[in-house]
Amino acid sequence: MKRDIGFLRYLIPVVVFAAALVLWEWRVHASGISPLVLATPSDIWTALFEHWDVLGPALLFTLKITAEAFVLATVAGVAIAVLFSLSRVIEWALYPFAVVLQVTPVVAIAPLLLIWIGYDNVNEVLVVLAWIISFFTVLSNTVTGLKSADHNLTDLMKLYGASRLQILWRLQLPSALPYILTGMKISGGLALIGAVTAEFVAGSGNDLGLGWVITLSTRNLDTAQAFAALALLSVLGIAILFALTGLEWALLHRWHESAVKKQS
Amino acid sequence: MTTRDGDAFAGHDSVFYCVNMSLLTLSGISKKFDNGTQAIARLDLDVADGEFLSLVGPSGCGKSTALRIIAGLLTPETGMVTFAEPKPPIGFVFQEPTLMPWATALSNARLPLDLNGHHRGEANDRAARALARVGLAGFEKAYPRELSGGMKMRVSIARAIAAEPKLLLMDEPFAALDELTRQALNDDLLKLKREDALTVIFVTHSVYESTYLSSRVVVMTPRPGRVAADLALNPPAERDESYRLSPQFTGDAGRVSVALKSAMAAA
Ligand SMILES: Nc1ncnc2c1ncn2[C@@H]1O[C@H](COP(=O)(O)OP(=O)(O)O)[C@@H](O)[C@H]1O
Ligand SMILES: [Mg+2]
Repeated sequence: MKRDIGFLRYLIPVVVFAAALVLWEWRVHASGISPLVLATPSDIWTALFEHWDVLGPALLFTLKITAEAFVLATVAGVAIAVLFSLSRVIEWALYPFAVVLQVTPVVAIAPLLLIWIGYDNVNEVLVVLAWIISFFTVLSNTVTGLKSADHNLTDLMKLYGASRLQILWRLQLPSALPYILTGMKISGGLALIGAVTAEFVAGSGNDLGLGWVITLSTRNLDTAQAFAALALLSVLGIAILFALTGLEWALLHRWHESAVKKQS
Repeated sequence: MTTRDGDAFAGHDSVFYCVNMSLLTLSGISKKFDNGTQAIARLDLDVADGEFLSLVGPSGCGKSTALRIIAGLLTPETGMVTFAEPKPPIGFVFQEPTLMPWATALSNARLPLDLNGHHRGEANDRAARALARVGLAGFEKAYPRELSGGMKMRVSIARAIAAEPKLLLMDEPFAALDELTRQALNDDLLKLKREDALTVIFVTHSVYESTYLSSRVVVMTPRPGRVAADLALNPPAERDESYRLSPQFTGDAGRVSVALKSAMAAA
């Protein structure tokens, strides 16, 4: 009985998704909506192969910007949070800046960044924009995580003469790990959103990302290609989420309650 | 009754020293927290080497605060803690097992040794021995979530004894355990105490637990805590189920119980 349910868990979403595609295809054909307005799934599928010479490199480029922004966001987020936990003065001094970066709509910063970093270095501008969008969630999650360390364990370590760094390394960082991974999962998605949004507002340099492909395709009324780029973005977003969920499971499943519950 | 210092030895310094050397002395300890709570009014206590001292008293009377002051984790507002020289190494056991969930039983027991910079191999050996002594041989690789409440507490005790302390501070360590597990751990604790010649300060709510374990029971008043009564017990070195039924045990438990009730009433 239990096996049947486990099987349905995967079958149901696949069937519903396939049915939605069929319904979509059928509605567009039946109603005679112009393919310039709404492409059918089969058009999109065809466009995907027809324009792979554009879409493939664009996918890689967007992946590259996303990955760079994400890695920077994770490293900077964790590093700054660690700095905050080591010195409250630094936390008080710098946290407002992080908040300002977070709450300011990134679109508004883009023209300035283009001036500062330069129109010749659009790729760097894209990375910085995507980084700004994705970094705060790692920072704030890590700050919370580092503070979540058990007070009695902290005292116990002090009793045994632990140094500040030993407490950080042996207690605070492991305690923060589930929080950091949650931050990374959100940040991965935000980095992708950032990479695409950044292209919308900052344009594109010599390379072409999926965001710019969408802009160009809609301008040329190539709706099918725009949808194909959109589909690739979805796949990329899902792949990022899966990869990070896998990482989380690998690091936590042996000891953390959240991972333990998923097993049973 | 205050301490058990024998007047018979007065004037014979050397003899006095050997028999009743005090391991630590609390003199005039008081503690007021920043929020204004006066946790301890005035605490004077002389703890002899090798003693098993239970601290009993109503919830909130400052027992945990007293243990933390002894461990050096809190500074008293007034008064001081004096230790015998050299200062005895301290082990601490909390009410919760307080284990690192990401670390195996062995790594948890090894923590004090790691922090003191012992070599990995030696630390592993000593932690494994400590686990074996609390009945957890074979569970070295288990994670805390795979262990029962009693087993987790055993890991916590193994961690405390791994660094070979002389003074063991325990803050209601068995309060959350079922009665049978608690009794088993009581017997194991007495064995460890005997084998390692430990001095134990044991906080508990339970009249029976304190009577079974202790050579001395200190009863505290409700907050702000003071010593209300200081009872010397004289249990046999080897204790088992039959001791719980003995007239001595029931008599001692009665005395502790009466002292606790009058401490409550006096407040
Ligand atoms: N860090 C703290 N700040 C303020 N009040 C505290 C703190 N720790 C304990 N207290 C208060 O001090 C009193 C004694 O606490 P505690 O020593 O934990 O009592 P016990 O262990 O005997 O139950 C309680 O009223 C408690 O609320
Ligand atoms: Mg307490």
